[in-house]
Amino acid sequence: MQFGIFTVGDVTADPTTGTTPTEHERIKATIAIAKKADEVGLDVFATGQHHNPPFIPSAPTTTLAYIAAQTERIILSTSTTLITTTDPVRIAEDYATLQHLTDGRMDLMMGRGNTGPVYPWFGKDIRDGIPLAIENYALLRRLWREEAVNWEGKYRTPLQGFTSTPRPLDGVPPFVWHGSIRSPEIAEQAAYYGDGFFSNHIFWPGSHTAKMVQLYRRRFEHYGHGSADQAIVGLGGQVFMRKNSQDAVREFRPYFDNAPVYGHGPSLEEFTSQTPLTVGSPQEVIERTLGFREYVGDYQRQLFLMDHAGLPLKTVLEQLDLLGEEVVPVLRKEFEAMRPSHVPDAPTHASLVAAATAEELS
Amino acid sequence: MTRTIAVVTAGLSQPSSTRLLADQLAAATDRALRLHDERVEIEVLELRDLAHDLTNNLLTGFPSGDLEAALATVQRADAVIAVTPIFSASYSGLFKTFFDVVEADSLAGKPVLIAATAGTARHSLALEFALRPLFAYLKAVVVPTAVFGATEDFGSTDATSASLAERVERAARELADLVAGRSATGPVDPFDSPVPFEQLLSGR
Repeated sequence: MQFGIFTVGDVTADPTTGTTPTEHERIKATIAIAKKADEVGLDVFATGQHHNPPFIPSAPTTTLAYIAAQTERIILSTSTTLITTTDPVRIAEDYATLQHLTDGRMDLMMGRGNTGPVYPWFGKDIRDGIPLAIENYALLRRLWREEAVNWEGKYRTPLQGFTSTPRPLDGVPPFVWHGSIRSPEIAEQAAYYGDGFFSNHIFWPGSHTAKMVQLYRRRFEHYGHGSADQAIVGLGGQVFMRKNSQDAVREFRPYFDNAPVYGHGPSLEEFTSQTPLTVGSPQEVIERTLGFREYVGDYQRQLFLMDHAGLPLKTVLEQLDLLGEEVVPVLRKEFEAMRPSHVPDAPTHASLVAAATAEELS
Repeated sequence: MTRTIAVVTAGLSQPSSTRLLADQLAAATDRALRLHDERVEIEVLELRDLAHDLTNNLLTGFPSGDLEAALATVQRADAVIAVTPIFSASYSGLFKTFFDVVEADSLAGKPVLIAATAGTARHSLALEFALRPLFAYLKAVVVPTAVFGATEDFGSTDATSASLAERVERAARELADLVAGRSATGPVDPFDSPVPFEQLLSGR
């Protein structure tokens, strides 16, 4: 099982000091966080993609390539890549380049983006969100799998004999996850292709995530990619830890109370009971996270949101130390012990190359 | 057949005249449906009890606590009786918030009886210029008679009070006729029956 972190890339004032980092500081902090994640033994670092303030990650492959050059082991990914407003031709090119530069140490997660005004800036309409995600992704797949693509669709200029370069590393396209909070169509899309399905998980009750994941698993089996429990599932999570549980609650409360997504709404106590947010000791985080498996089944990737709501870099790095040293090693061991042998790991470049080779030989 | 009537009432005081009117409408609807040989189950949703969850839903995007069950009740119900106090010339904010967070289409095609209360009958047209368009937007089938209860209508035996009782009976009869004429079909759960991908891919 893979463990890692995902970042939204928000520039948010620290509510305890009133200080807002500059974009430059936030971008550099993102690099420091990713390097730390690699250093403490996490498997995945994923960045969002946004084209509006207060967010900085408008050019994710630039950032991911820069991180890749300074890390050894960690898989670089996205959370998410905007398949609706980004030209699939540019996604094919950018991420194939990243795949070569990282020697396959990357994958990506498709998402739609839920900010209406962003769509027209890229010549699109949010009301077409689902059809855009479906058509654009169908094209992206062909660009990575076919040398010369003839294509005509509803949302972009037709292509005649177009070859996307560079071709994927070792002839194997990057693995793709599809992220969605509440659209059954996206679970259906992931299942149809046998791609991974990632549930954001952190802002809504677990019961909702369970419904989405069950749908994806059932349809994954329906489309013949394996049994339902072999489908590739990822989950978000959100934690804040201190050795002493009460210290964690005291320190995190002002960040929670003012957080952009849920601030000024439910209390920290209500939200932690209603959603997977866990604020407490590393042991509490371990127990809560192990509990996710009870409603989604054995899954392949767990990403935590650690660097949002104005938390200072120093605090985030301390959190990553706790995550890497005290939480993930235990989770790794416990999840592995519970996983039946027929449930696969998340695909990596190496495993996809091996599978492709095996298929050629057979 | 058993028909479920969800009664959404947005009164704030206890006891509230809004709840009183809601109960009268529910009882009258019950009687009228029994004349159609229908069994009736009345589910009352007091929005005051859901006020915190409603605000949280606006901010977090999901229904917490009892609100989730309340929204499911409305979705499942064969008909809705919606009663609000009139505040500043329209439905109350709490009433509107509830109908802001109901799942899209959960009222589509559903028979709805609208009613309101206020201190004076001068607010009565708020039913027609505020509530009726709201439920038209939600694609509900609103019965022709909307019931307004002013303070003066309650507890007296003069002509106005008699006319409130008549309006309650007439509106309830209209609602019962609509409900009894329909087959009970529950909403389609997109998680149970997703649109097949080939269909999504072909853009149909």
